[in-house]
Amino acid sequence: MTTDERPGNRADEQVHMAAVDEFLAWGKEHSLFYLLFATACCGIELMQAGGPRYDVDRLGMIPRATPRQADLMIVAGTITHKMAGRVRTLWEQMTEPRWVVSMGSCANSGGPFSKWSYSVLNGIDKYVPVDIYIPGCPPRPEALIDGVMALRERVKRYRTVGERDRTPYIVAGPEAPFGGHCKVPDFTAKKPDGGGGGSA
Amino acid sequence: MSAVANDAIATAVLAQFPAVQQKHADNGRAFLLVPKGDLVAVAHFLRTQKSLRFDALMDLTAYDLLKYPSTPPSDDIAVVYLLFSYQHRHKVTLKVLAPRAECEVATVSGEWPAALYFEREVFDLFGVRFPGHPSLRRIMTPDDWQGHPLRKDYLYPDSYHGVAHLRDGQHFEGSPPRGGDTP
Repeated sequence: MTTDERPGNRADEQVHMAAVDEFLAWGKEHSLFYLLFATACCGIELMQAGGPRYDVDRLGMIPRATPRQADLMIVAGTITHKMAGRVRTLWEQMTEPRWVVSMGSCANSGGPFSKWSYSVLNGIDKYVPVDIYIPGCPPRPEALIDGVMALRERVKRYRTVGERDRTPYIVAGPEAPFGGHCKVPDFTAKKPDGGGGGSA
Repeated sequence: MSAVANDAIATAVLAQFPAVQQKHADNGRAFLLVPKGDLVAVAHFLRTQKSLRFDALMDLTAYDLLKYPSTPPSDDIAVVYLLFSYQHRHKVTLKVLAPRAECEVATVSGEWPAALYFEREVFDLFGVRFPGHPSLRRIMTPDDWQGHPLRKDYLYPDSYHGVAHLRDGQHFEGSPPRGGDTP
């Protein structure tokens, strides 16, 4: 068998037919570069999501240090009125199509500061349009990835021409069981072979 | 080079500046209450005197005496200076009372440049002006902010540049009154 005859190498397997728009959407869905931007403790969870355990790089999400190269802005953390204008500037510097994920209670609604603060903005959706809301204080990386998966569905449906889906989407809304998106593997469970012992 | 006891520091200062008083806070911690006019001279004395040599301004902050259980009741703003000597390993606390209406305390940035940022913060949040400060601008709140938020009589604003502070229809039992000046 020559190299050209191996499965997957034949010409009819390498050529895919698709509409350009669909193809572009497919590419966008699998390369959601996000802006390296965090303002509070949600940023720590965002870093964890980028770290080796959750590793959002495998979803094609690579942090970009400039908004001009970013497709996705994850607003991770408390936004003050002073910061809000800067967030808007960053968002304006991003190229279309651009997406915004509001991560955590502070970015969603002001969170713990919504009642007693004079300086905290009650929800970043007053400055930039938000696609996905992720509740939590802060949300675990699982919840963030859950939100990103929901966003990918939306990116897949995005077309260059036509109306864009602007319906706000809330990850694990009130109807979801508390912590439903936060399944952590049970590392304390005994292995089936009864291992874990170090004694001879 | 041993640490000078707090009383000895006070004695040294009081010998030079009779108007300075040594006081004790509720927790027993001693501090020096410095008249406004003497502040820069006292600061210079504390920094340059060989036996004292307070070469570091650890912190400069303030608090509002309004609604504070002090006797007699007062509505002054107290500016607090925490000093430390790296050479002698001793500390001292200075307090200066600034009347609420005429809220001015001379800058100590000539003695400790670290005071530049601290004084901007105290100006921003308490509205204490520091004559002699080269660039007394707001540092935390936006440049066009109205009022000084950490004053006890500060009235929360409703909105900022047309963006309401509370989300639509939100009302909280016991939340602070709003209606302050908005930029």
